[in-house]
Amino acid sequence: MHKFILKRLGMMLPVLVGVMFVIFTLTYITPGDPVMMILGDQAAQEDIVNLRAELGLDQPFLVQFGMFVANTMQFNFGTSFTTGRPVLEEIGFRFPTTMQLAAMSVVISVLIGIPLGILSAVKQYTIFDNGATIIGLLGVSIPNFWLGMMLIILFSVNLGWFPTTGFETPMHWVLPSFTIGISSAAIIMRMTRSSMLEVIRQDYIRTARAKGQKESKIIVSHALKNALIPVITVVGLQFGLLLGGAILTETIYAIPGLGRFMVESIQRRDYPIIQGGVLLLALVFSFVNLLVDILYAFVDPRIRSQYK
Amino acid sequence: MPENTAQASNEALLDIQDLSIHYITEDGTVRAVNNLNLSLKRGETIGLVGETGAGKTTTALGIMRLVPDPPGKIVGGRINFAGEDLTQKSDAAMRNVRGKRISMIFQDPMTSLNPVIPVRDQIAEVILLHEKVSAAEALAKAEEMLLKVGIRSERAREYPHQFSGGMRQRVVIAIALACNPELLISDEPTTALDVTIQAQVLELMKNLKREFNTSMIMITHDLGIVADICDKVAIMYAGSVVEIGDKYDLFRNPKHPYTIGLFNSLPDIEKDEDSLKPIKGFMPDPMDLPSGCPFHPRCDVAKPICMQAAPSEYVNVSENHRVKCLLFSDTTGGE
Repeated sequence: MHKFILKRLGMMLPVLVGVMFVIFTLTYITPGDPVMMILGDQAAQEDIVNLRAELGLDQPFLVQFGMFVANTMQFNFGTSFTTGRPVLEEIGFRFPTTMQLAAMSVVISVLIGIPLGILSAVKQYTIFDNGATIIGLLGVSIPNFWLGMMLIILFSVNLGWFPTTGFETPMHWVLPSFTIGISSAAIIMRMTRSSMLEVIRQDYIRTARAKGQKESKIIVSHALKNALIPVITVVGLQFGLLLGGAILTETIYAIPGLGRFMVESIQRRDYPIIQGGVLLLALVFSFVNLLVDILYAFVDPRIRSQYK
Repeated sequence: MPENTAQASNEALLDIQDLSIHYITEDGTVRAVNNLNLSLKRGETIGLVGETGAGKTTTALGIMRLVPDPPGKIVGGRINFAGEDLTQKSDAAMRNVRGKRISMIFQDPMTSLNPVIPVRDQIAEVILLHEKVSAAEALAKAEEMLLKVGIRSERAREYPHQFSGGMRQRVVIAIALACNPELLISDEPTTALDVTIQAQVLELMKNLKREFNTSMIMITHDLGIVADICDKVAIMYAGSVVEIGDKYDLFRNPKHPYTIGLFNSLPDIEKDEDSLKPIKGFMPDPMDLPSGCPFHPRCDVAKPICMQAAPSEYVNVSENHRVKCLLFSDTTGGE
């Protein structure tokens, strides 16, 4: 198991270099000049040339990329073009908020999705199942930004239960987490349902019934553990989507998180922030996927013996 | 291990009367079991023989009350087990019968064990359900059962995927016998196994059956297995028993044209035959059974009456041997 984790950590390295190349190329070819953004339209030609040389932007593509990789390897992500503060500081200050938001959304989507999925499967084709299917379909198709605004209108403006914007107290956390979590909950519910439906038709479930075991116990102790494996995969993938979803939601709820900061930095062509931010998100996503693989081993002994 | 006090007696342990089980689907009604009659004394082993689709497994699941519902339904008949009609029992009461008084061994050992639970715990589960023991005692007893089926204690904590098919079937047998049931239903327990492993597993079952004095229904399409371990044999066709009797009686003197056909389909090494004599045609579609006797389209000796009337009564061939066929009914002239 330890060997497996180390091997996986080693495999993350080439992935991250690949991510760096993509981010760097994308920012390089994106139209817009950060120097013009910093100095404004009226800047003197001399200042522009000097600043460009100072930021290393006059070097060829490969040299710039090489410098970027070399610096990143030393955890030197540079300084923000706009604020002049180190990228790590700028990102590190906002990152916990976004992680908290994403984590809470995952918890909400799992807490809603898995139980509803189980119930749907056990009561297949009943009114409950059909109702859950319709709600699930709505959950997937409603765009985050619209749902966010509707939740604000309903729960903040009309009912006054929750504050409209900000992220200071737990009351502030509820609406944004639900906004992001609902669509994932719907996907997790559908996945749990189909996985459960497959499992409860397996022979070993019949064996459990033949032992005289209660149906509720069969679902919990025999079916669920087997049905969870594909669900864990989906939850892991959803985490990446949730980080993405945080960008819009943070904007709607005016949350001082990494997502909103990234959008602003893109508008300002603040390359170091964009590159550092995306790299950090890719790193987080890689770790979540490693976590998912480790979780598999806990749930399924067949996978555990493959990891040896 | 408590000794089973029930001894072989003349009283029937299991007496199935006119059992019918249908699967009601949108496309039509599948008549899987039709007016099936079967009885079994304590300590006896009966072989339930028939082609695929004859309704053998549905009968077994019917006795366990495990026919998937929907679409399956027990639409008629009685399953008397130790004097009680199982078809009338509540679900909760049936749970106390399953695993404790009636156990079942399933066909495919590769899929009938839960892949994420250690084998020892899967055996302990049934012990915990039916006996007043602590979790630790149940686990200890589970290891004891594993030893009985020839699996060392060191392997008790392993998972099903770490065992071969034959070993897994031993685990399934250990689960089935853990609570010392009065009746064991084995649904083709060796079909999925290699021939050598098959012999080992059958030998094991024979020994354990003797040790626990368990009655057994052995579902199979292998007449060799019947000859090896059964006392009685029931031949099933299209959901009902067409011939039933003492093994020796029935093997020496098969009466029903279907039974005769089954024996003729077996290769015989003594006789130098060029080809087998299979029964022509196929098992009828249980959604659309033929009129009259369901076997008449495949029967070489069918009479005109066989197309119109289904035999309903059994005719005694001898004291321990009965057949359900119009050829032997008095009303149609008999043999």
